[in-house]
Amino acid sequence: MDLSSFLLQQIINAVFLGSIYSLIALGYTMVYGIIELINFAHGELFTAGAFIGVIVLTALQQMGFVETHFVLTMIIVFVMSMSYVAVLGVAVEHVAYKPLRTSSRLSALLSALGMSIFLSNGMMLSQGVSDRAYPQVFGIEGIEFMGARITNGQIFIIILAVALMVGLQLFVHRTRLGKAMRATAQNKTMARILGIDIDQTIRITFMIGPALGAAAGVMVGLHYGAVRFDMGFIFMIKAFAAAILGGIGSIPGAMLGGLIIGTIEVMWAAFLPSAWKDVTTFTVLIMVLYFKPSGLLGEGTTEVRV
Amino acid sequence: MTNPQAILKLTDVHTYYGNIHALKGISCSISKGEIACLIGANGAGKSTTLMTIFGVQRASQGKILFNGKPIQDLKPEKVAALGVSQTPEGRQIFPRMSTYENLEMGAFLRRDKGEVQKDLEWVFSLFPVLKDRMGQLGGTLSGGEQQMLAIGRALMSRPELLLLDEPSLGLAPKLVEVIFETILQINQDSGTTIFLVEQNANMALGISDTGYVMETGKIVLADKSSVLLESEQVKKAYLGE
Repeated sequence: MDLSSFLLQQIINAVFLGSIYSLIALGYTMVYGIIELINFAHGELFTAGAFIGVIVLTALQQMGFVETHFVLTMIIVFVMSMSYVAVLGVAVEHVAYKPLRTSSRLSALLSALGMSIFLSNGMMLSQGVSDRAYPQVFGIEGIEFMGARITNGQIFIIILAVALMVGLQLFVHRTRLGKAMRATAQNKTMARILGIDIDQTIRITFMIGPALGAAAGVMVGLHYGAVRFDMGFIFMIKAFAAAILGGIGSIPGAMLGGLIIGTIEVMWAAFLPSAWKDVTTFTVLIMVLYFKPSGLLGEGTTEVRV
Repeated sequence: MTNPQAILKLTDVHTYYGNIHALKGISCSISKGEIACLIGANGAGKSTTLMTIFGVQRASQGKILFNGKPIQDLKPEKVAALGVSQTPEGRQIFPRMSTYENLEMGAFLRRDKGEVQKDLEWVFSLFPVLKDRMGQLGGTLSGGEQQMLAIGRALMSRPELLLLDEPSLGLAPKLVEVIFETILQINQDSGTTIFLVEQNANMALGISDTGYVMETGKIVLADKSSVLLESEQVKKAYLGE
C-alpha cells in the first residue's frame, strides 16, 4: 500500500468516524441551543439506542428476516431505536429538566448528571455488564478503489448519517415547527409573544437530538460489532468536544466539529503514536477555544443592536 | 366606568417583580379602533403594563379583559392567539433569522396562506426597506430597520390590538417621524386598535386619541390626548415647556 492510498484510506475512516461524532454532537448542540443546558444524559441515550438496535436486529435475524428483507430490516431497526430514544428523551426532559427550567443552571446540570447515572445503571442492570455482540449483517464486502477500501457497512452508515443531517437542516430551515424551534432558541419570551408554545418546541428538540444520537448508537454497534452499557462515555466526550469546537448551539458547527474531531483522531493514529490521539484531540480543542472561545461557527457576542 | 366598546380593560392591576411593587393598581379602558398612549418617565412601569397585559408578567391582583374576556391568567401564547400582538421593549428581533423569516414568525398562528401573503405585501408597502432586506439576518439590520421589522412582524398576525413599546427609542428624529406616521397609517388602513407606550410624550399625544400618564406604578392622569397636550401639568413634566 503506497502513501496516497493509505492517505485515502485514512480520509475514508475519518469521514466515517466524523459523521458518527457529528450525529451525537447535534444532540448536545440542539439541546444547549434551546435551553442552555448540557444534556449529560445524552451519552446514555446514545447507548440506549444501540441496545434497542441490537435487541431488534437480533430478533429479526433469528426470524431469518435479515437475509430476505435486508433494507426493510435496517429501516425497522433504525426507526424503532430512534423512536424509542425519542420518547426516552422527552421523558428525561419532562422528569429531570422541565421542573428546573426556572431554577439555577447548576441545579439543572446536577439533575442532568443524575439522569446520566440513573440511565447508565438502569442499562447495566437490565442489559448486564459484559459486551453484547451485534449481528454482523454487513459482512466484509466492500469497494476497492485506488488501493483504498470502503466496506458496504461504512458506505451505508455514511450515507445514512449525511441523509439524517440534511434532513435536520431542511427541518429547521423549511418547516413551520423547525422555524419555531430556532425562534425559541433565539428568544423565548418573543417566541411566546408570537404564539409559539415553547414547551412543545423544547419537547421536539428532546425528540430529535436523542433520536439522532440513537441512530449513531446503532451505527457504532453495526460497525464495531459490540455494545456495552458504558460505551456512551467515550463517544460522549468526543462528541461533546465536537459540539464545543464547532460552537455549541450551532447545528452546522456540530457537524463540522464532528468531522474535525474524527479527522484528528484518525490521522494522528495513522501516522503518530496512537496512544496520544485523545490527548491531541483535546489539545486542538483547547487551542481553538483559546483563540475563538465561542467555537468555530459559534455566535460570539450579542448581535442585537440597540 | 362602563365602556361597551372597550377592547381592553384593566381594573386595579397590580404586578410585582420579586419584592418590587411595579404596578400599583392600574385601571384603564381602551376603545375599539382608537390609538391610546401611555406616557411617563423611565421606570414608571409602562413596559411592565404591556408585559402584564400579555401575561409575560403575572398580575398578582386585578382584572384584565380583552373583548370582555378575562385574560389575566393566560399564558402569552394564549393571549397572542386571541388577537393581541406586541413589539416589545428592545424590539426582540430574532437575530439569526432573516427579515423574511422574522415576518413569517409573526404569522406563526395563521393558516390562511393567501391572506398572510397579502399582509406581507401590506407590510412591505408600509416599510419598503424591509423588502430590500428580505434575506438579511435580523441581527445585522440597523436600529431603525429593526424597529420597522418589529412592527411589521407584529402586524403579520393581523392583530385586533397592537401593543407598541417605545417605537421611537434610539432612533434619529427623522426616522421617529416616519415611524409615527406609519403607526397612524396602520390604524387608519386596518382599524387596528393601538396601545402605544412612549417617553416621547409630544409625538405620542400628537397621534393618539386617548392618553394616560403614568408615574411610579400608577396612572395619574387620563384624558383625551388633545386635552393632555394642553394640560399645564403634562406640559411641565413631559413636554419640556
